[in-house]
Amino acid sequence: MGKTLFDKVWDAHVVKSLEGDIDVLYIDRHLIHEVTSPQAFSELEKRGLSLFRKEKMVATPDHNIPTKDQHLPIKEALSKHQVDTLLANCAKHDVELYGLGHPFQGIVHVIGPELGITLPGRTMVCGDSHTSTHGAFGAIAFGIGTSQVAQVMASQCLLQSRPKTMRITVDGELKKGVLAKDIILYIIAQLTAAGGTGYFIEYAGSTIQSLSMEARMTICNMSIEMGARGGMIAPDDTTFNYIKGREFAPKGEAFEEAVSYWKTLHSDSGASFDKEYTFHANDIEPMITYGTNPGMGIKITKEVPLSMGNGSQDSFNKSLDYMGFKPGESLLGKPINHVFIGSCTNSRIEDLRIVADYVKGKKKAENVTAMIVPGSKQVEQQAIAEGLHEVLSAAGFELREPGCSACLGMNEDKVPAGEYCVSTSNRNFEGRQGPGARTLLASPLVAAVTAIEGKIVDITKHLN
Amino acid sequence: MEKFEKVVSRAVPMPIEDIDTDQIIPARFLKATSRDGFGDNLFRDWRYEQNGNPKTDFVLNDNTFSGRILVAGRNFGCGSSREHAAWALADYGFKVVVSSFFADIFKGNALNNGILPVQVSDEYLLGLLDAIQENPETEITIDLVNQQISYQDQKETFKVNVYKKECLINGYDDIDYLINMKSEIEAYEASSLVV
Repeated sequence: MGKTLFDKVWDAHVVKSLEGDIDVLYIDRHLIHEVTSPQAFSELEKRGLSLFRKEKMVATPDHNIPTKDQHLPIKEALSKHQVDTLLANCAKHDVELYGLGHPFQGIVHVIGPELGITLPGRTMVCGDSHTSTHGAFGAIAFGIGTSQVAQVMASQCLLQSRPKTMRITVDGELKKGVLAKDIILYIIAQLTAAGGTGYFIEYAGSTIQSLSMEARMTICNMSIEMGARGGMIAPDDTTFNYIKGREFAPKGEAFEEAVSYWKTLHSDSGASFDKEYTFHANDIEPMITYGTNPGMGIKITKEVPLSMGNGSQDSFNKSLDYMGFKPGESLLGKPINHVFIGSCTNSRIEDLRIVADYVKGKKKAENVTAMIVPGSKQVEQQAIAEGLHEVLSAAGFELREPGCSACLGMNEDKVPAGEYCVSTSNRNFEGRQGPGARTLLASPLVAAVTAIEGKIVDITKHLN
Repeated sequence: MEKFEKVVSRAVPMPIEDIDTDQIIPARFLKATSRDGFGDNLFRDWRYEQNGNPKTDFVLNDNTFSGRILVAGRNFGCGSSREHAAWALADYGFKVVVSSFFADIFKGNALNNGILPVQVSDEYLLGLLDAIQENPETEITIDLVNQQISYQDQKETFKVNVYKKECLINGYDDIDYLINMKSEIEAYEASSLVV
């Protein structure tokens, strides 16, 4: 019987198997940020331990930093202390750090790929659930808690039970205006917010293969929103071309050798999965969420459903009450005052280009506050080099400095209570973008059109 | 980690599905650099008005219910990997969460902090929630050694990984195990295609 892509990468990293279906799994790269690492460093110090493989770690502040005036000291005292703690810990333990102002700084899941740290066949972890993003390269990448951050620091390993495998195949050509974000929101709406729990997903099929690396990252990023530990895509020429020449990617002969290994990383034809789903690109349309988990998504032109399949009606009603929507109503025409474009899901250069391309020569609606936060310093500089900042600024969008920003509302970038925000981020949980904030998840294109129109519209009628 | 003993306690009912870790502890309270004090902000936005006044209709503000066991709807702990969610529950005083389904990362974080996630059937969960609502003094017994949950005459067995069970009963942390494996890890590094 053939092996799955997941099996090949996982098996190559098992140091030892223990009784009770637990493997000691070796971790190739460990990304850390300011929010989930301080208690891990303290744990290490409390136990008198040092970093086992400091050269396999990279640190950057992203969650709890301002996205304005990053050259100035952080004003908020607790945030400043948390970022300073990361800086002090990295200095003390000699960890590679890209602090504020560094040309490599950015959202941890944006910088890993763009620096060539994320490679096919690697195992990668970070104290952040969206670590699943890196699976787009054929890596096994997943989020961990802080106790596990300490374990990886101390041993470069984790004790992990092996997840089940799922393959999601999407075939066919995408319709006009449908982006990777729509594909993943569509899949989550079909499988629900718990549909992937216990599984590691492989995305396959002609639609997935036709996507750019950045689009693949958007898909893998949101695997966790179905509860899956991670998602991955078999590496191909698109992957190899993306990696070639990046800062820490293998160079010259080493790159050629790596590619010949990476080419073996695909599911064999006889490989079997614990679960399989197949979808058709033709069924996917621009999506938007109406509720308080990412599984509560609909095609933008459809109505809010009357219930959620097998879910409890009380929980469904509670969610709609929070959002201020009624079962059975259409969202078309709903006024929207806030648009957020950013987060580890959609803050890369292609996302910014999609937005700039649409808003060029247009002006945002008067009622809208439109914020666009690049995923990294490199994305920001690229946008400036391409003149996108001028296009965005002329359309009334505010281009900020890199960080997680209003995706999770840890810094001052928040949506006011009761207000609606069409957001390219990954979670529409209650209060996610600020206490009382109401989030509608969508693609960068839907976000751009919403900003111009000031309300939810059928975007396909606005595309040339 | 503290050893996990048998828990006999009343329980707090929270019959809501998909309770995510942003509800358990909102991101704006993750700025601390220690593990202490997160219990004060457990379920912050469900528990308090924005001005800090308690919301009287929220179960943690209702004296009728108390105990070291939280009983919640399915898919508890979905979303962010923040271990602060487990710290907040533990700091508040919970030792057990009962639900019919748990998110993976939360489950791992809970176990690493001496909180036992007890997964029961949908029917058992409904019966248990009804029993607590009907009589808030209902005592629930969580017997980890025999992997059994019981109240009145209603019993159900639950699954727990054999390794994690040993850790809980003896108060072992994964890190203790891993740091004693250094030579095996080094041997792996030497023999593999580690990059």
